[in-house]
Amino acid sequence: MLGVAAVGPAPALVLSAMETALGEAFQLPVQRLDAIEEPARAFAPARAQWSSTVFLEELLRRVPPGASHLLGVTERDLFVPVLSFVYGQAQLGGQVAVVSLARLRPEFHGLPPAPAVLARRAAAEAVHEVGHTFGLVHCRDHRCPMSLSIDLPDLDGKTATPCAACATLLEGSREMRRARARTEGGRR
Amino acid sequence: MRARWHILVVDDEEAMTESLAAWLREDGYTVDTASSGREAIEKARGREYAIYFVDLKMPGGLDGIETMIEIRKLQTEASVIVITAYATVDTAITAMKEGAQEYVVKPCHPQEISLLVERIIRVKNLERENAILRRKLTRQYRFHDLVSKNPRMAEIFDLVREVARQRSTVLVQGESGTGKELVARAIHYSGERGERPFVAVSCAALAETLLESELFGYEKGSFTGAVAQRKGKFELADGGTLFLDEIGDISAKLQADLVRVLQERRFFRVGGTNEVAVDVRVIAATHRDLAADVREGRFRDDLYYRLNVISIRIPPLRERREDVPLLAQEFLDRLSHELGRAASGVSEEALRILMDYDWPGNVRELENAVERALVTCKTGVLGAEDFAFLARPGAGSPGLSLPAGLTLQALEREYITATLRRTQGNIKAAAEALGIDRSTLYEKVKRYDITR
Repeated sequence: MLGVAAVGPAPALVLSAMETALGEAFQLPVQRLDAIEEPARAFAPARAQWSSTVFLEELLRRVPPGASHLLGVTERDLFVPVLSFVYGQAQLGGQVAVVSLARLRPEFHGLPPAPAVLARRAAAEAVHEVGHTFGLVHCRDHRCPMSLSIDLPDLDGKTATPCAACATLLEGSREMRRARARTEGGRR
Repeated sequence: MRARWHILVVDDEEAMTESLAAWLREDGYTVDTASSGREAIEKARGREYAIYFVDLKMPGGLDGIETMIEIRKLQTEASVIVITAYATVDTAITAMKEGAQEYVVKPCHPQEISLLVERIIRVKNLERENAILRRKLTRQYRFHDLVSKNPRMAEIFDLVREVARQRSTVLVQGESGTGKELVARAIHYSGERGERPFVAVSCAALAETLLESELFGYEKGSFTGAVAQRKGKFELADGGTLFLDEIGDISAKLQADLVRVLQERRFFRVGGTNEVAVDVRVIAATHRDLAADVREGRFRDDLYYRLNVISIRIPPLRERREDVPLLAQEFLDRLSHELGRAASGVSEEALRILMDYDWPGNVRELENAVERALVTCKTGVLGAEDFAFLARPGAGSPGLSLPAGLTLQALEREYITATLRRTQGNIKAAAEALGIDRSTLYEKVKRYDITR
């Protein structure tokens, strides 16, 4: 089972869109978990941003027994020390990932709010970050959610459905076998 | 496919190292980390990394620039990207001067790192592909240590394969530096004798008496200093091949001795009374026109005919100019490795100079020229300026033939025209070759109305 939890406030409609995309992309049951409190120590005053690594540490402590993976969703603008910002971060081949909605919102870029656009972007980013937890790395196919797309036009060119190559890698991945085994075990 | 490229991230701040490493791993690369310059150098000794991200400021021990210099000593082809939080123009210039390929200010835009690495890896992939293709191409034109795509050389390779199976004496003729000994070695190692010794003697290098004892050996007490019996080259080459270089330079007495050995395959050591029998294949070589020497009585005809059972004449390099690029690249690959210089190719302009040059010293001169250019080369590609010495008078270019009645001005015009032709119209190289500055050369070109 893939768990999805808001870290702090997050719009329910966007969370739903992310859950639907995750279910379709990974063919695993997805479950909404209770919202998690924001880790205050993640805030870096010098950058006025939030450390995504601290978010991941917090999420790791919150993985429920029945979940193979946990995705946190935040409105905060995230960063890692070497980069000016990130849309999200994941443990490569690990259990947890986080997606920030801050820069996915059109209004962050001076455009009028567009809930549908936000939901579509958030869905693709959710599959991207959770894909990393299944061991997938960046893909060259610009339409694949695993592609590295930072600029908005590229970001909007992404779909939430992994390309054939990534889907094949996903099927053969050790992480996917484990997740399936865990889900089967939970059902029994 | 990216996982085969290894990247090392060097920074004393763990948060920086880990976040950059994690980002690069998401891009699919295999990433190691080091928390100091020393640790980075240790890791570089154990593995070849395609790219090093090195933080500029690291407290204690080596800073980023020093670390980069040490890494580049170990791995000349490594790409180093310097990262810093304190960007100034000076530090950027210093880093680039010392060999950094890129300079990144942290925190940087996420795509910047990924695009930078992708660009470097794309170039490395092309370089690797290029090296493989070049090796394939060289293999196609390689026969033992000989490299050529010239049809006459291809015939020689066929002949070598043919004669390698026999024991007949071979006479290899060609100008100095054409690779006569390499042909002799190719004959030896292509045949059944390849497992046995190949012994080379330069007949021109030794005085007559020394050469005699060198070839046939001597008995103890046969002359002052002969304190013990010593085997000569003929005996040492028993079962194998004896290569007699510069055979045209031996004395009349030695010519007579050789006739006998070639005929009977037995000889006496100097001062000896017992005959020694040997099974030796003789390959002789000379840069002289032996047939002319025979006609003029300087070389015994019976020896000439015994040596010249199979004749191989190697064309000079100027008659197989198509081999120049191939040979230049071959020497460049080998010498850059031997000399620890990172030059990957020869520019088109430089190749034109090499193709136009007459190579009086043949392949050996080309090898020396590539070595000299490599030593002075400041970029990764040998350029026309690195071969400027080839255009200098006295550096091996053929002598001028001067018609009578030429005025000094006409001579100057002719010489400038010839030099410009040799440098493919390159004013800088021509001025350097002529020993004048560029403005003077421009002036003369204009005055004499020379078309470049």
